[in-house]
Amino acid sequence: MTEPLSFELSRPAVDPPRLPGAEEGGAALGDVLPGELLRSRPPGLPRLSEPELMRHYSRLASLNYSISENFYPLGSCTMKYNPVANEAAAALPGFAGLHPYQDEETVQGALELMWRLEQALCAVVGVDRVTLQPAAGAHGEWTALRMIRAYQHSKGEARTEVLVPDSAHGTNPASAALSGFQVVEVLSGPDGRISLADLESKLSPRTAALMLTNPNTLGLFEREILDIAELVHSTGAMLYYDGANLNAFMGICRPGDMGFDAVHMNLHKTFTTPHGGGGPGAGPVGVKSELVPFLPSPTVERTDGHLTLDHKHPQSIGRVRSFYGNFGMLVRAYTYILAMGGDGLSQASQDAVLSANYLRKLVEGDLEMPHDGPCMHEFVASANHLNHENGVRALDIAKALLDRQFYAPTVYFPLVVPEAIMVEPTETESKATLDSFAHAIKEIVAEARTNPQGLHEEPKNTPVGRLDEVAAARRINAYLQGQSEDPVLRWKSPSETAS
Amino acid sequence: MPYLVHSPEDRSAMLETIGVKSINDLLVDIPQSLRLRSLQLPAGLSEFETMAEVAALAGRNRVFPDRLTFRGGGVYRRFIPSAVAAVTSKPEFYTAYTPYQAEASQGTLQAIFEYQTLIAELTGLDVSNASLYDGATAVAEAAMMAHVHNGRDEVLVSGYLHPEYVQVLRAFSEARGIKVRKGGEPNKKTAAVIFQQPDFLGLLVDPRALTTAAHDAGALAIACVDPISLAVLAPPGEYGADIAVGEGQQLGMAPSFGGPHVGFIACRKELVRKLPGRLVGTAHDVQGRRGFVLALAAREQHIRREKATSNICTNHSLCALAAAVYLTYMGPYGLRQVAEVSFKRAHALAERLAALPGWEMAFPERRFLNEFPVRVPKSSAVVRKLARKGILGGLDVSRWFRELKGVLTFTCTEVNDAKALDELVAALES
Repeated sequence: MTEPLSFELSRPAVDPPRLPGAEEGGAALGDVLPGELLRSRPPGLPRLSEPELMRHYSRLASLNYSISENFYPLGSCTMKYNPVANEAAAALPGFAGLHPYQDEETVQGALELMWRLEQALCAVVGVDRVTLQPAAGAHGEWTALRMIRAYQHSKGEARTEVLVPDSAHGTNPASAALSGFQVVEVLSGPDGRISLADLESKLSPRTAALMLTNPNTLGLFEREILDIAELVHSTGAMLYYDGANLNAFMGICRPGDMGFDAVHMNLHKTFTTPHGGGGPGAGPVGVKSELVPFLPSPTVERTDGHLTLDHKHPQSIGRVRSFYGNFGMLVRAYTYILAMGGDGLSQASQDAVLSANYLRKLVEGDLEMPHDGPCMHEFVASANHLNHENGVRALDIAKALLDRQFYAPTVYFPLVVPEAIMVEPTETESKATLDSFAHAIKEIVAEARTNPQGLHEEPKNTPVGRLDEVAAARRINAYLQGQSEDPVLRWKSPSETAS
Repeated sequence: MPYLVHSPEDRSAMLETIGVKSINDLLVDIPQSLRLRSLQLPAGLSEFETMAEVAALAGRNRVFPDRLTFRGGGVYRRFIPSAVAAVTSKPEFYTAYTPYQAEASQGTLQAIFEYQTLIAELTGLDVSNASLYDGATAVAEAAMMAHVHNGRDEVLVSGYLHPEYVQVLRAFSEARGIKVRKGGEPNKKTAAVIFQQPDFLGLLVDPRALTTAAHDAGALAIACVDPISLAVLAPPGEYGADIAVGEGQQLGMAPSFGGPHVGFIACRKELVRKLPGRLVGTAHDVQGRRGFVLALAAREQHIRREKATSNICTNHSLCALAAAVYLTYMGPYGLRQVAEVSFKRAHALAERLAALPGWEMAFPERRFLNEFPVRVPKSSAVVRKLARKGILGGLDVSRWFRELKGVLTFTCTEVNDAKALDELVAALES
């Protein structure tokens, strides 16, 4: 099943929407503004009546898998249930209707919410202050590295390298490079954890920071985290925590206590703000006291119950986003924290660990487990054996799961495991769901042995079959090199493409 | 406990299957010295209590009615068709993940493809990406593109670019060793000239002259544009700008204290490989059916790691969806009406405000669209007085620009009806 594009459904003859003031007189634009400032022809927007528009988008919605209907075992993505109360809270007119440049006296409730959320996040990760400005996790990473850089500069140090484990999320090296550092890779040992010997050999007076997620992307807790912290700090470098995996240990332990100096959090993972098909999220960053002077400006301050936005931070790295961050997402996260409480957040993480170990146990007979358990909130399996024996790859398993109404796990990541299949069940998937997922894996692995060709042809039950991304990339290249009129990355009317 | 699904029996059965006695047995890798007893947070609340608490916070804010809001400065009140929230609140959209598995994400992918086409049409440029965080980071990302494209390490900000965009641009530039210069002429060190049309004060600039000056110096021209204005104003593609960026909040998003909104970015096809963020393109399955996939991923962080064009991963898809619904609802004529009505009302208001005793247009020789600067005696007292009457008056821009002491910018859109204008003027005359 496919749906035409709005542009293909467009009927220009349909009445335009009725809008306020359309019949009013007054200055005509063309009389006041010189012609060269004006558009020569109207933009090629489609026109649909409201009934047709609503049906178009409803049909598109029906082509999506989503957490509301499907299990998303996506490792490192923490796809948990998005509480509907969060949505109701963010839609309250007292929040949604606020202009960012209202006077402080008229936004005390909003500032109070930001202040309380900051306090709560400080308690969860064990830091002194938190900035709520970054819009996403990668933005938070970058913000934290800028603070580390500014702090080190203020001490007269010009450290130029950031260490990143080979199992790290791709955003880590990208954020480090874009904040002006050279990236040095640290190797994992055979047990999947960072190799202390390799770390030691790469630490130097040039090292500004080590970026680490713990549990790491293999779902394994870095047992030697205290030694790692000591080693890093002994060279004067800082320790940065990638909060993608924070859901593993809320209320169990805290990055701040492990020795991390800066911590980013993904509110769209751990704190249930919806993922929106790829955002908006929010990536607050927590820091220990020595980094506080470098926080993005403004900060929210509270004195005798009165809240202000404080712009006076001479050492601040500046502003990383307009206004005060993705405020609507902050409302959702705060609502979730209120509902869960300290006890609820702790239980959530414990259940997440329980579910991951349970599911790991159920599938360990079917998939390779490159590392010993127990795992934390996620585990990484491998389809390497199936690839060798039957030519069935991780991607085939992913696509076959789609046919069974499950979204696919993260595949081919982390890069240190061949044919990686990374599974994170979260605390909001029931035992029955986990059982049926394990059953689906069993079926698929059995089919890999009896009918591998069948698996290469999946998915068959989705709105479209496996899409040829390689051919798409070729067509884009042809367009970019001027050999084709089909832009691939946007719609063009057939008449334009032909001309 | 809300949102948790395991019963005590489930937990016991699962532990038994794993072969351990308690969840603690699964946490053995965590050093004992790190283990917490509990989180220092209050106990959880019922939904009723949670919502009461949150509503009490919302109640401590003062919301000005749409029609009596005359403040803009980058975030505007506009009529939002009910269709926008009806679509974005569909859980199939808002609870979906980034569309890595294309076959299970065709709804999101197609909507984003439509959004990319809409932005390309509005800006008159070849290709738009799938969205960025906001207008400020879009400006910064465009500047980084220019720096990578021509290897030059200075960007020139011309005129009144939104001061917060400049601040974000500075933060990004500093990280890459790029200098941000305000004012003056481009030269052979200039990677790009960045200008805003209409500018932060609402004034119209000459984008052709600025673009030509940039190109004559071998620099790129980056236009930061208001998407509604593009219904009537010449789009960046028409005057030769290389990259168009902007803030998309006006396309169906509530002010929401500044976010989440959406940044857009579009460019000429020669620059596509340097575009940050996600791109959706068409592809086909084995039966020849058209579908949509994430394209040119080789530019991105999960493939290129430290060599990526940007670190952006999560972007603002749902906001891009809102913009797509808004633009599709409006169509070309609806969008033009929105821009024209806003223009007419702003001009009517400007005339009346400039006639008040002691008030004058701050730049009488300059043209504007629907936001304009007025020099006002006792500007802070004026704003306070309006607030007492329930009106969110002009924005005092002197907090960013010392030379604009006493200048307020007023904005009008289709939601400020004729009677609202009367009320504003009456409040000022009283």
